[in-house]
Amino acid sequence: MERPAWAPQGIDISVPSVSRIYDYYLGGSHNFEVDREAARKAMEFMPGLPKIMQANRAFMRRAVNYAVGEGITQFLDIGSGIPTFGNVHEVACRASPDARVVYVDHDPVAVAHSRAVLDGDDRSTALAADLRKPRQILDSPEVTGLLDLDRPVALLLVAVLHFLEDQDDPYSAVAELRDSLAPGSLLILTHASYEGVPIPEEQAGGAVGVYRNIRNPLVMRSRDEVARFFEGYEMVEPGLVSMPLWRPDAPAEEEDPYAFSGFAGVGRKA
Amino acid sequence: MTAPSHAAGSAVDPDSLEDRLRRFATIWSRAIFPVTATSMTRPEFEQHLLPLARQLSQALHARPFEPQAAHRIGAALVEAHCTDPDALSRTLGVIDSYLILYCGAGAGAGIGTGAGTGSGAGAGGEPEQTADEGRARCARLQHALAAGYAHALRECTLAEQEAIARSSLLARSDAVQAMHATEARFRAVFEGAAIGIGIADLDGNVLEVNETLTRMFGGLEHHVRGRKVTDWSHPEDRPHFWQLYRELVRGEREHFRVEKPFFRTDGTVLWTNLTVSLLRDADGRPQYQLALMEDTTERRLLNLRLRYEATHDALTGLPNRTLFFERLEKALSAGDGARFGLCYLDLDGFKAINDSLGHAAGDRLLVEVADRLQSCATAPGEMVARLGGDEFVALTTGPDTQHEVDELAARILGVLASPICVDGREFTVRGSIGIVEGPAGERTTAEVLRSADITMYRAKSAGGNRFETADPEADARAITRHGLTTALPAALEREEFFIEYQPLVHLGDGSVHGAEALVRWCHPQHGVLGPDRFIPLAEHTGLIVPLGRWVLQEAVRQARFWQERHSDGGPLRINVNLSPAQLHHPGLVADTVDVLERSGLEPGALCLEVTESALIGADEDLLKPLRQLAEMGVDIALDDFGTGYSNLANLRRLPVSVLKLDRSFTQGMQRHPADPVDLKIVEGIVSLAHSLELAVTVEGVETGAQAEQLRELGCDTAQGWYYARPGAPDRIHSLVLADAV
Repeated sequence: MERPAWAPQGIDISVPSVSRIYDYYLGGSHNFEVDREAARKAMEFMPGLPKIMQANRAFMRRAVNYAVGEGITQFLDIGSGIPTFGNVHEVACRASPDARVVYVDHDPVAVAHSRAVLDGDDRSTALAADLRKPRQILDSPEVTGLLDLDRPVALLLVAVLHFLEDQDDPYSAVAELRDSLAPGSLLILTHASYEGVPIPEEQAGGAVGVYRNIRNPLVMRSRDEVARFFEGYEMVEPGLVSMPLWRPDAPAEEEDPYAFSGFAGVGRKA
Repeated sequence: MTAPSHAAGSAVDPDSLEDRLRRFATIWSRAIFPVTATSMTRPEFEQHLLPLARQLSQALHARPFEPQAAHRIGAALVEAHCTDPDALSRTLGVIDSYLILYCGAGAGAGIGTGAGTGSGAGAGGEPEQTADEGRARCARLQHALAAGYAHALRECTLAEQEAIARSSLLARSDAVQAMHATEARFRAVFEGAAIGIGIADLDGNVLEVNETLTRMFGGLEHHVRGRKVTDWSHPEDRPHFWQLYRELVRGEREHFRVEKPFFRTDGTVLWTNLTVSLLRDADGRPQYQLALMEDTTERRLLNLRLRYEATHDALTGLPNRTLFFERLEKALSAGDGARFGLCYLDLDGFKAINDSLGHAAGDRLLVEVADRLQSCATAPGEMVARLGGDEFVALTTGPDTQHEVDELAARILGVLASPICVDGREFTVRGSIGIVEGPAGERTTAEVLRSADITMYRAKSAGGNRFETADPEADARAITRHGLTTALPAALEREEFFIEYQPLVHLGDGSVHGAEALVRWCHPQHGVLGPDRFIPLAEHTGLIVPLGRWVLQEAVRQARFWQERHSDGGPLRINVNLSPAQLHHPGLVADTVDVLERSGLEPGALCLEVTESALIGADEDLLKPLRQLAEMGVDIALDDFGTGYSNLANLRRLPVSVLKLDRSFTQGMQRHPADPVDLKIVEGIVSLAHSLELAVTVEGVETGAQAEQLRELGCDTAQGWYYARPGAPDRIHSLVLADAV
């Protein structure tokens, strides 16, 4: 039965959205001038931002392929944003025809767009929900209908946890998700950090300021802080590393220096 | 696409077209990969570009030359997310510099190791193109590719812009729909709520009410909507209600909750639990007031009814003990100068009526009494209550209680004066009233009641059908029935009872014939109490059975002890009193046999005394245990003979062997000369008794002359102060010794 929901806040496209900004960094046109304006401002401080997004994308692709290689066919992608190209369901379905994907985002526009993209695909679906309320995600008809949580699931938290402030208690939220998954499940995660950024921290801080101004604060966390999200899971080799260093399939030296910003890792539930 | 026919062998030939295409793709990939947003790795990307390179090469050589082929290649770059314009300029640069070199006519000879066979250039059999033609074609292909790229990028941008715009609209319309759904849900909640909901502006104009609220007010919407909140005052409103209301609409209070009555459309009262909350606008300014009300009318009625039932006597409908004590409490805690007056009424002889007519008739009589009493207390501040049984109280708190309470008591006795008709028979019910009157604030309810009870007993002892006024000194002396009754069980446990013995003397020779056991209570506060003080209470509570058994046991043990000490003095008898309740107790025979057997006293040495009144109207069932005891040899004495209305003829069928003449007969013989009528009566009784083979014992012998008279009249045994007062067992012991000497 569908839970009666309170009316969502009105949709205001005059406010920048991080998922549309992300699309812009990746050369997409699923964005509006407000989004591009914010993106351009951030890029004034960190011109290589698109390379970070691209590295995220490439890592996600490798991690999904790795998961399929481990026999996992169920994917829960929270903070999925605007589906541009090389999305989880494309990568996963190319690797395994049995793959099932649930996309979760709290941006109603991103979810509406995902639904349009996934129209007619009965193995993938999108759901509007908030990472801060994991129960609502896990108990949603989308998740319970498409995924079998008694079997391993690959949980993707790619470039999303840095949008949760400490007062939102992201560790509890992630812990609840981790605890709900079956043994053998994978946690695929990337997180922004000042570590690895090829420019001075003060300069990178300017980009962080842009996000703060659009009321989507970007929380830079240290390696240890990011590692805590994997608590109880064992890290898959090579552990928590810069994105290009995680199981690369091309020499890392060819990568753009910005691609080494932040951390990526995959953990497995024993 | 069709692969060149000779391409199959290219893998092994470093100068083959396929190899050259691969190298071209590598250069191309290196040039544009840094500016793409693809998630492909560089080798993958290179692999992706290879077919595009092949198409370029084919277009370069195709006849007829169709530059439009490059259009598709430009579009393919956009599809591969090379949307950065730099990707186009770098692509054009690579084509310009390397396409002819790697794919042009004679390219195989121009680069690499110089195999120079010319193979692979162009489609089979076609004439070689000139260098100029090749350069021209290359330029044309770049133009077409650029146009194709621009066209595809424009299409893609427009498509994505439209997609995102549509998604925004969709999301927005979903949100609006959800908003509508929420609104509809709220409306449903509002309409369907079990509580009444109303919204009014701050001036009190009712703007919106739900159906429940309308129904609560009697079902007419216009009666509620459009009215002013301030119209809804009710005489029973709490005084602070409108104060709270004003504070709320002024914004000084967020909400309040009260119990409030309203008038319904039909004028009846609606009781509610009302919560009023202040609704503020986005800037925090007071905007509306919201009222939530719960209909508590029925609950209130039920409470009132339960309260009525809890505070009223079911039989008579009068206020009960609970309510009376509440009122008395209130009267006693009233302020300075207040006084109260209390009449405590107990009907005289009601028990006899109840016993003879049965409880149903007794109840009807009580109802009539209650009605009459009720008619006595009609003034404000007056109340009548039933405490239980045949005990009633009337309370007055009027302005002049000193005077009023006496009048009230007189009125009560007055209304009881006329006979009450029950079941066609008329009864005269009289009562005894104890009056307590005094200032409030000096005594507790318990103290007042105790005083009233004592005073009522004083009225009763004075003959009943009267009222007496409480006297603190008398109160202090009085020992209440209640106090004694509650102390009885513990007294038995604590062995506060003891037995005194009064000798029974043989009138013929003056020898001590036996003794009557008389129970006493050594009360810790009141000292030694005689059986008349506590035996009726013990009878009432049932404690008489264990107490009686104890007396029997103790007396029989004592008799046995005497017998052992005076084996030569003949059998010394012991008389023990049986109360009516003991007579009815099924264990009487078994207990008596048990006591005798344990002590070793022969049954013939025991005499059980039963009052004449206890045997009035006794049926065979009641007599059976006495008969059994008599058959065993136990003597049964008829005590207090001559006080009841015994049918002398009836004596024959009673299993008695002794008559004990009441002391009233002997009183007339204390004078000298004795009252001749008394003499005649006693003589007649003795003669009758003897003819029925009954021995006669007389009580209350106080003088020698009396003793002599009685001896002459033929009485067998006597007891009284002339011989000895009741005393400790060793006194009997010494009397017997003296007698023996």
